[in-house]
Amino acid sequence: MPADFISSLFVFILAAFLGLELIKRVSPLLHTPLMSLTNALDAIVVVAAIIIAGRHETKLSTLLGLIAVAASFSNMVGGFLITDRMLHMFRAGKAKKS
Amino acid sequence: MTALATQQLIDLSYIAAVIGFILALKWLSSPVSAMRGVLIGEIASGVAVIATLFDPQVTHYKWIIITLIIGAAIGVPLGMVKMTAVPQRTAVSHAFGALSAALIGIGEYYVGTPHLTKFEMLEIGLEVIIGSLTFTGSLIAAGKLQEILPQRPITYKGQNVVSLSTLGAAIVIMLMLMAHPEYTHLFAAMVVVALLFGVMLVTPIGGADMPTVISLLNSYAGFSAALLGFVLNSKVLVVAGALDGASGFILSVIMCKAMNRSFTNVLFGAFGQVQVSAGKVTEERTVRSASPEEAAGILAAASKVVIVPGYGMAVAQAQHKVRELFDGLTKRGIDVKFGIHPVAGRMPGHMNVLLAEADIPYDKLLDMDEINGEFAQTDVALIIGANDVTNPAARTDSSSPIFGMPILDVDKARTVMVIKRSMGAGFAGIENPLYYMDKTLMLFGDAKNFVGAIVRELAGGHE
Repeated sequence: MPADFISSLFVFILAAFLGLELIKRVSPLLHTPLMSLTNALDAIVVVAAIIIAGRHETKLSTLLGLIAVAASFSNMVGGFLITDRMLHMFRAGKAKKS
Repeated sequence: MTALATQQLIDLSYIAAVIGFILALKWLSSPVSAMRGVLIGEIASGVAVIATLFDPQVTHYKWIIITLIIGAAIGVPLGMVKMTAVPQRTAVSHAFGALSAALIGIGEYYVGTPHLTKFEMLEIGLEVIIGSLTFTGSLIAAGKLQEILPQRPITYKGQNVVSLSTLGAAIVIMLMLMAHPEYTHLFAAMVVVALLFGVMLVTPIGGADMPTVISLLNSYAGFSAALLGFVLNSKVLVVAGALDGASGFILSVIMCKAMNRSFTNVLFGAFGQVQVSAGKVTEERTVRSASPEEAAGILAAASKVVIVPGYGMAVAQAQHKVRELFDGLTKRGIDVKFGIHPVAGRMPGHMNVLLAEADIPYDKLLDMDEINGEFAQTDVALIIGANDVTNPAARTDSSSPIFGMPILDVDKARTVMVIKRSMGAGFAGIENPLYYMDKTLMLFGDAKNFVGAIVRELAGGHE
């Protein structure tokens, strides 16, 4: 097994356990915004898409990279936007109470 | 700046991004800090994207800028959809996430072949298989949620054998590729088979199981991004993917528990098809029904009301009328709360978002464990478009297909009112004995119209 794999596995295991602990604490009230927020965070694959498209190695890889840039960036923009909108609604509820 | 120094700065920005991601999830634990969480998530993602544009490997900018703009142009409308369309929007974004992960993996394969090691081929193969099946699976889920495709489970004899063989075929092709990474046509075949499997995976699953399926697809999309991180040795992808994957996984577990079912049962059980209703249903039983006027009278006399919303409320778009009812009752000094089952609706948290959109304060939205202790002191439990999650047979009748499923104990309230279109059974085709109880009143009609009629009665009677 390559050394890179081992170090990635280390990071993965730590992040997965941290994720389990963090997400267990998210209120069921916010499960829908949780899903759209993690979707937006996951859209960070756009950085890999930019690199594979920008390296310009073969026509095919560039094309696939560019489609991936559009698909993941739309997730990033849309995901943050809708999470923000949803959480504003939850805040409005709180403001009314006070 | 030297290339090395630039690379190190980019890496530092990725580390900053990872810190931001973790804080974003941490702050999502409560509605009070959640906005701050989104903001830091946005900053973290923005920093990482801008830093990447300075990567020395990136030599061609024109098309990247153009596709970023296209992505934003698609993302904005997807971020502005109505709250009722959030489940299908979420499925579409799982599809996009999985698509980009799969495409990058495919690109890496064609750049690397035939010089890929066995291990690299394994990583790419797994990544592309998971990404591809998640892509098509999510599209099917989105189609069902948008009702372009039928919501009912589509099944045929021997389906599970065919589906699992398809997945097996994809894995066998991947193993062959490990020995011969230069066979590009095999790789293409693997992608096609994985895409096909995604379709087969979700087609047999019914609408009511969508909360679990959408969570599982979320998890797969996350893990495909994490695997892509392994392929590219990109730790920021590994972390983001692991967090997303963990989130989807936890939500799937919560949804499964809330239905008292296992993953395998959801994926391969095709609920609602196998169940043949038990013979005792044939016996004719009477129900009591009531008019909006009578319902309003009973509600006005109550001091504590719990409203239980379900998918039917979302379908009828009744949440704003429900808000008017909430206001009308609250004005009379009646304590009104909402009891929300984890699988009510089509995705985790669906009801909360709809009710929050209708401007109902979130401290009135209680989950199952919080509300169940309160039904015994409740005068009226008003059920709007929910069925199986209120079925007391889940507690008492061991022969019921939903026996053991945790339910909202509405039958413990003094009076139960159920707004329902007709006496039709729920998604699992199961009779609900709640409807035949002496304390139960059936309010037949469209949820939106009926709630609206109650609101009018309440307003009229008050003057």
